[in-house]
Amino acid sequence: MSEPRPYDDVPGTTVFDERMARKGYHLNQFCMSLMKPENRERFKADNRAYLDEWKMSEDQKQAVIDRDYNKMLSLGGNIYFLAKIFSSDGLSFQYAASTMTGVSEEAYLKMMLAGGRSPDGNRYKSEWEKN
Amino acid sequence: MARITAGVATSHVPAIGRAIDTDQTQADYWKPMFDGFEFSRKWEESEKPDVVFLVYNDHATAFSLDFIPTFAIGVAEDYAVADEGFGPRPVPAVEGHADLAWHIASSVIQQDFDLTVVNKMDVDHGLTVPLSLMFGQPEKWPCKVIPFAVNVVQYPVPSGRRCYNLGKAIRKAIDSFSEDLNVQIWGTGGMSHQLQGPRAGLINQPWDKAFLSDMVDNVARLVSIPPEDYIREAGSEGIELVMWLIMRGALDDQVTELHRHYHVPASNTAIGHLILKNGNNS
Ligand SMILES: [Fe+2]
Repeated sequence: MSEPRPYDDVPGTTVFDERMARKGYHLNQFCMSLMKPENRERFKADNRAYLDEWKMSEDQKQAVIDRDYNKMLSLGGNIYFLAKIFSSDGLSFQYAASTMTGVSEEAYLKMMLAGGRSPDGNRYKSEWEKN
Repeated sequence: MARITAGVATSHVPAIGRAIDTDQTQADYWKPMFDGFEFSRKWEESEKPDVVFLVYNDHATAFSLDFIPTFAIGVAEDYAVADEGFGPRPVPAVEGHADLAWHIASSVIQQDFDLTVVNKMDVDHGLTVPLSLMFGQPEKWPCKVIPFAVNVVQYPVPSGRRCYNLGKAIRKAIDSFSEDLNVQIWGTGGMSHQLQGPRAGLINQPWDKAFLSDMVDNVARLVSIPPEDYIREAGSEGIELVMWLIMRGALDDQVTELHRHYHVPASNTAIGHLILKNGNNS
């Protein structure tokens, strides 16, 4: 068992420490492979076949196929590695962020133009549990 | 002798690179952000630095999870521009300064900081976006660059205080290089942003603005901010700001602020920018 960390009580946030890195090594290394154009092509042609070449869990593979980024984060994915997936799909960081927050890209863009998500009410898990 | 004449802080966002490369800088969305760098490009034209010591982080580009250097210094003659998943940015390759880089590596390691020495790495938006912001779109970058990559991806990341003290060691190293060189040090990344999870989109303007001010004359407060405060207050990716403290550590205690710019948003990120002249005589 690992000791609690001072950032464990930040809501809606996964800190990529060794607990996550150990789960996510193969998932993240798969993402890294998408930096090569020929790998991107093979992945795009058949997600499942390409993923089966990697020592990833079935949950991780399914989360990639579903493009479920929150799920990938919970299974050890790091956002800078996961970025290779949405970049391969031709999608932006802003689009990916909107899917993780559960709002449309349009609503997300509007929030950002209005100054972003305020830290008020978003610092501690206890603040989220109240609502 | 080589001397550090100025420090530059600036955010580095992939979407900024895309806006430059696709001619969007005058679009309504981007114009106010780019306007804040107009002063900086003119200033660089008159400063003509020989070398930029560029502190940035690699975003899972040159370094995978196979090995994770906390601090890595590039000692190569040149660096290719990375393909981050959508083809390399159409910008010039980066020319290194191997003599100075090796001198800094030797000196800083002997001052008890363990640097990873890198002979070959591709550089990503963390390094090329600041070059574009400060130098525009030249055929060839106007100076040599020493890339200095800091791990802010895999926790634990180096503390702000360690980064600041490392900056002091880098300063000592550059001051003792015999060639007459005008060197700038840049700290990049930040300001507040969170790219992941249900809290993505977090921006903390008062916190960022206080950070900008304290970079000038109250760095003692900044060096004692623990990592969890960056995460909580400035978003999970706000931790990149520790890299600004390497730059600040390499400058005199007293600096003269030449320029400041702050803009929200660029994609998911709050953009912060400072130019600090070394010393307090303007
Ligand atoms: Fe970054």
